[in-house]
Amino acid sequence: MAIVSKSSNFIKYGRPTLAWLIGLLFFFPIFWMVLTSFKTDADAVKPEYLIWFNPTLDNYLNMTENYDYWRFAKNSVITAVFATTFTLFVSIPSAYAMAFYPSRSTKNILMWMLSTKMLPAAAVLYPMIYLSKGLGLYDTKILIVTVVSLINLPIAIWMLFTYFKEIPIDIIEAGKMDGVDTFGEIKEILIPLAWGGIASTALLIFIFCWNEAYWTVRLTTIDAATLSKLIEGNRAPEGLFFGRLSAVSTAAVGPIVVLGWFCQKQLVKGLTFGAVK
Amino acid sequence: MRSNRKVEMGQIVLKNVTKSFENLEVIPPLNLTIDDGEFAEFVGQSGCGNSTLLRMIAGLEEVTSGEIEINGEEVSEVPPSKRGLAMVFQSYALYPHMSVRKNIAFPLRMEGIGQSEIDTKVEGAAKSLNLTDYLDRKPAALSGGQRQRVAIGRAIVRNPTAFLFDEPLSNLDAALRVGMRLEISEMHKRMKTTMIYVTHDQVEAMTMADKIIVLQSGVIEQVGSPLELYNMPKNLFVAGFIGSPKMNLFTGKEAEKQGAKTLGIRPEHIDIVFSGGLWKGKVGVTEHLGSDTFIHVHETGLSKVVTVRASGEVNLNYGDEISLKPRSDLFHKFDTKGIRLE
Repeated sequence: MAIVSKSSNFIKYGRPTLAWLIGLLFFFPIFWMVLTSFKTDADAVKPEYLIWFNPTLDNYLNMTENYDYWRFAKNSVITAVFATTFTLFVSIPSAYAMAFYPSRSTKNILMWMLSTKMLPAAAVLYPMIYLSKGLGLYDTKILIVTVVSLINLPIAIWMLFTYFKEIPIDIIEAGKMDGVDTFGEIKEILIPLAWGGIASTALLIFIFCWNEAYWTVRLTTIDAATLSKLIEGNRAPEGLFFGRLSAVSTAAVGPIVVLGWFCQKQLVKGLTFGAVK
Repeated sequence: MRSNRKVEMGQIVLKNVTKSFENLEVIPPLNLTIDDGEFAEFVGQSGCGNSTLLRMIAGLEEVTSGEIEINGEEVSEVPPSKRGLAMVFQSYALYPHMSVRKNIAFPLRMEGIGQSEIDTKVEGAAKSLNLTDYLDRKPAALSGGQRQRVAIGRAIVRNPTAFLFDEPLSNLDAALRVGMRLEISEMHKRMKTTMIYVTHDQVEAMTMADKIIVLQSGVIEQVGSPLELYNMPKNLFVAGFIGSPKMNLFTGKEAEKQGAKTLGIRPEHIDIVFSGGLWKGKVGVTEHLGSDTFIHVHETGLSKVVTVRASGEVNLNYGDEISLKPRSDLFHKFDTKGIRLE
């Protein structure tokens, strides 16, 4: 009896406490970043102002007035929206073909696509820079959108492939018998049925595109530079501008956190959607 | 083509059709004609190739070689959507994201028919299938039988050249199965459209079909009406497959006496007599079905236990000694290769 009540006590109090502790641990850096963004650069490094300080909006005002935050933000939005759209445009038909019409090499192609993610990005850094400069595409939006979509394509195809696999092939075949062509199958049956899965894939890819830093920092200077570049640009070697850096970072992650928050329901829905047999 | 579909004939002809998966031949060259308006059933044990054959006719499976003709038109290269056939799947294959109304209307919408005509046709189909009250429900909120009716509704609104049924009743419970069996037969009599039906259940084949095609390993064992198959099975496989309970098949002395390698007699063609029967034995298990009694008779000296079908009133106890009198004019005789003699 004692053992039972002990374990149920753990379930009742211990587990939530543990979950909260872990949650707070993960959340703390973000909390600290947001807090620091309201401090002056001088206050940011002083331990006595860790929690209690005079909040100021200077960093944010400074950012929008002197660092052209909105241009970087606009580029981030353009990059993420177009790259996500392009990725879905290619990955939905690809995953559809692989899920419903597998050939002998489908598995190998899937593995090969995944293997490209194992390649260190740095290994192709110089070819990429030379190639983009040679083609006159360096620091253009089209280059960034293409590169960002291509690096996310394998993940998108893998995710969608898994979702599509759960749809009984009979339903697709019923569509064929009902007079639907390939495009119709995707539009009328596949997309509505896998809507939750497609939405979660799109959201994840959008987040990846938004957060992409390696290539956006290295392949842009001004015209196509995204928020990652702005953060990078505020990284002073002396380490004295913590306030400013925190404000820029907060403004960069803010939109995506809000998006994730709003799409929570869609994400959960996507994971629990089941087809009727 | 669509405008004059109503006057089209629904004859389906398979000419030297074969199917191989990689190097495995699942259907050796096969020839078959299904006439317009006929109710044809492919029967056989699971894996006999009957579903593959149906899917080839539907266009869901490519033909390795040979030709498939629908209304005299060669369709092997025509996509399923253009063959004018409707299919009912074992799993119902309803669109889970659409209401019953939208499910039934879907093929019409794809055909580009006007909304008012769609509404009329959907209402009509729903009425004939008792689905009117469920039109706005999603498939998930329906019972198995209702789902299957929606699948049938989706097929009939299109007014297809032929209906293809891929084991449509196997997911239903026994009582519903009998009801749906009747409904489909009724539908065929009313519509007089060609129907091809795949089943593993020989009762479904016997009760519904005009023509039964018995398949084994992709080979047609026999084609004929239910009674032809019952009365004159061409070989041992058909003899053993058609009929419930199964035909008694004996080898050995008793068969040789009749000039055959294997001797067959249906359980209903054996009478129980008090004396003077051909075989004597002891009563084993008796199964009372009410209308009939199946008696399993042991120790007859035959190569197998004999099953006898007697009337429901028969009252025999385990171990009783009985005498069996088969109707010798109804013996089925097979040679060493299992082919029917005579």
